[in-house]
Amino acid sequence: MVERTRGIDIACHGILILGGLLVCLPIYFAFVVGSHTVGDVLAVPPPWLPGREFFANAWAAWEKGNLGRLFVNSFIVAAGIAVGKIAVSLLSAFAIAYFRFRWRMLAFWLIFVSLMLPVEVRILPTYEAVANVALPLQWLIDALDLGRWLGIEVTLDWNMMNSYGGLILPLVASATATFLFRQFFLTVPEELAEAARIDGASPLRFFRSVLLPLSVSNIVALGIILFLYGWNQYLWPLLFTTDKNMATAVIGLKDLIPQSDTEPAWNVAMNAALLVMLPPVIVVIALQRWLVKGLVDAGK
Amino acid sequence: MRASTSLSPALPGPVVTAPRRRRVAPAGGTRGLKRAHFREARLPLLLLLPQLLVLLLFFFIPALRALSQSFVLTDPFGNSVQFVWLDNFRRLIESPEYRSSIGVTFWFTLAQNALTIVMALVLAFATDRVLRGRGFYRSVILLPYAIAPVIAGILWAFLFNTAVGPISFVLHGLGIDWDPNRHGIDAFLLVTFAASWKHICYDYIFLIAALLSVPPSLLEAAAVDGAGPLLRFARISLPMIGPTIFFLVVMNFVYGFFETFAIVDAVTHGGPGGATMILVYKVYIDGFVHIDLGSSAAQSVLMMIFALVLTVLQFRYVERNVNYDV
Repeated sequence: MVERTRGIDIACHGILILGGLLVCLPIYFAFVVGSHTVGDVLAVPPPWLPGREFFANAWAAWEKGNLGRLFVNSFIVAAGIAVGKIAVSLLSAFAIAYFRFRWRMLAFWLIFVSLMLPVEVRILPTYEAVANVALPLQWLIDALDLGRWLGIEVTLDWNMMNSYGGLILPLVASATATFLFRQFFLTVPEELAEAARIDGASPLRFFRSVLLPLSVSNIVALGIILFLYGWNQYLWPLLFTTDKNMATAVIGLKDLIPQSDTEPAWNVAMNAALLVMLPPVIVVIALQRWLVKGLVDAGK
Repeated sequence: MRASTSLSPALPGPVVTAPRRRRVAPAGGTRGLKRAHFREARLPLLLLLPQLLVLLLFFFIPALRALSQSFVLTDPFGNSVQFVWLDNFRRLIESPEYRSSIGVTFWFTLAQNALTIVMALVLAFATDRVLRGRGFYRSVILLPYAIAPVIAGILWAFLFNTAVGPISFVLHGLGIDWDPNRHGIDAFLLVTFAASWKHICYDYIFLIAALLSVPPSLLEAAAVDGAGPLLRFARISLPMIGPTIFFLVVMNFVYGFFETFAIVDAVTHGGPGGATMILVYKVYIDGFVHIDLGSSAAQSVLMMIFALVLTVLQFRYVERNVNYDV
């Protein structure tokens, strides 16, 4: 800066160190507790320094929480949400920004409306929708009385509980990414599309050879945010998975937390918490620059 | 960023489309549409199909279901359905639990918002000032962004656990009767801390980005006039990042309202005595535990209305930056 202000600079370092400590405090204690035996955890005073049982506890947490299987589920769900949302959003943003067609306004507003309501406010009906995806079709059949026409009783049932589809699709159903890509497309120079047209490229060819390569940095940035979002989901996996083998790591972790009537195995639980937060933490540390870009872009 | 449809010069190139345009925008463009666009009828609909289908099944139908269920009374097994007009809403507004839940949600989001914004502002100001170690500080403060709300809740629940938590130990040593299982206010504070801890990094990122975009020339001019760093921050930076702060306040409300479900579920289950029963958690309890479908649907509808208000507020900010006209 312009002038020397030692006092303020030192205070700033002090503030940042305090902030950093505040961020690390819970993580540090998770590590401390995660490396002790149950007996040590219950001791008075509680342990302040790490012990020696870290790997034993990690192994116990991995086994007891079935984390191997749950990690695979979490990876599939997080990657599925990221890929699915980016794929459908790229296509629809391309359609809205680059085509003039009859229902353009309607499509725009249908997508836009979905931007306004977070999934959390439709907990129960969304649960029903996942429990039987074919229900709307059933209503149609009942309303038209098709059963009598065909002479058979028509009962449609397509249950998506305990499936990856049920975990992924309700979270793909929002339009934030569509608007991010649309905004980005609007900043792409007009000359590129004109040149592509002169060269005789079809719209899809233009999309694949010009627009997609230009969007790579946006796609990566958004992919990181969506992966974290998917990995850290709680409410939907909690509702849609009754089968323990289909749960995600975050849900599995919750089952390891000691309740009032179980053994207070906080050492195993805290170790599991560290394990479950590890993949997203690695992603954030490794891809920080992209994450920040994606967040700030998405907020615009 | 402003949509750049009018940035490129209006060349009468070979791609001049729409020969019979009825509504010609003055700046020579169809707003929100690329000037060089394609005129095909079926392809765009095909491109839109996946998104519209997913939205229909998992957004529009559920939202309309919530709306229609809020006007009927269904028994838990779905055998009888009775149309009751606004009875569900009346019952809801009259119920003391719901009113107290509104109060809890209001104070919780407010406290969480104030704590988060103030801490993030102080940290962003400090990061903007320091030269050494800036990247390191930023990485550390960013960490909670990676951590799931439920894990943030579990970590704080442990620290303040009356039997094993180190912070509880210190508090008890100081003679404070800390017990979030019995004292509503303790549980409320615990949930607020966990929620804020998880969310400060989000506000921090945006504030740093906003501070970076304050023109250095303004700050230098003020410095030449003898204004110190704090005065410059208060008089120049703060007003210039005002829109970002407003945006963050709205986003914090959205976060407090909708994304703290996991924290409450992991830490307090809404208790003790409803002290942390925020609205999202109450929808879940009434719908899935008490199986009171009408009430749960009516609550959903009220929350949708609130979400709409927040979105409108948010776009009052966003519309300055983005042109959402089609």
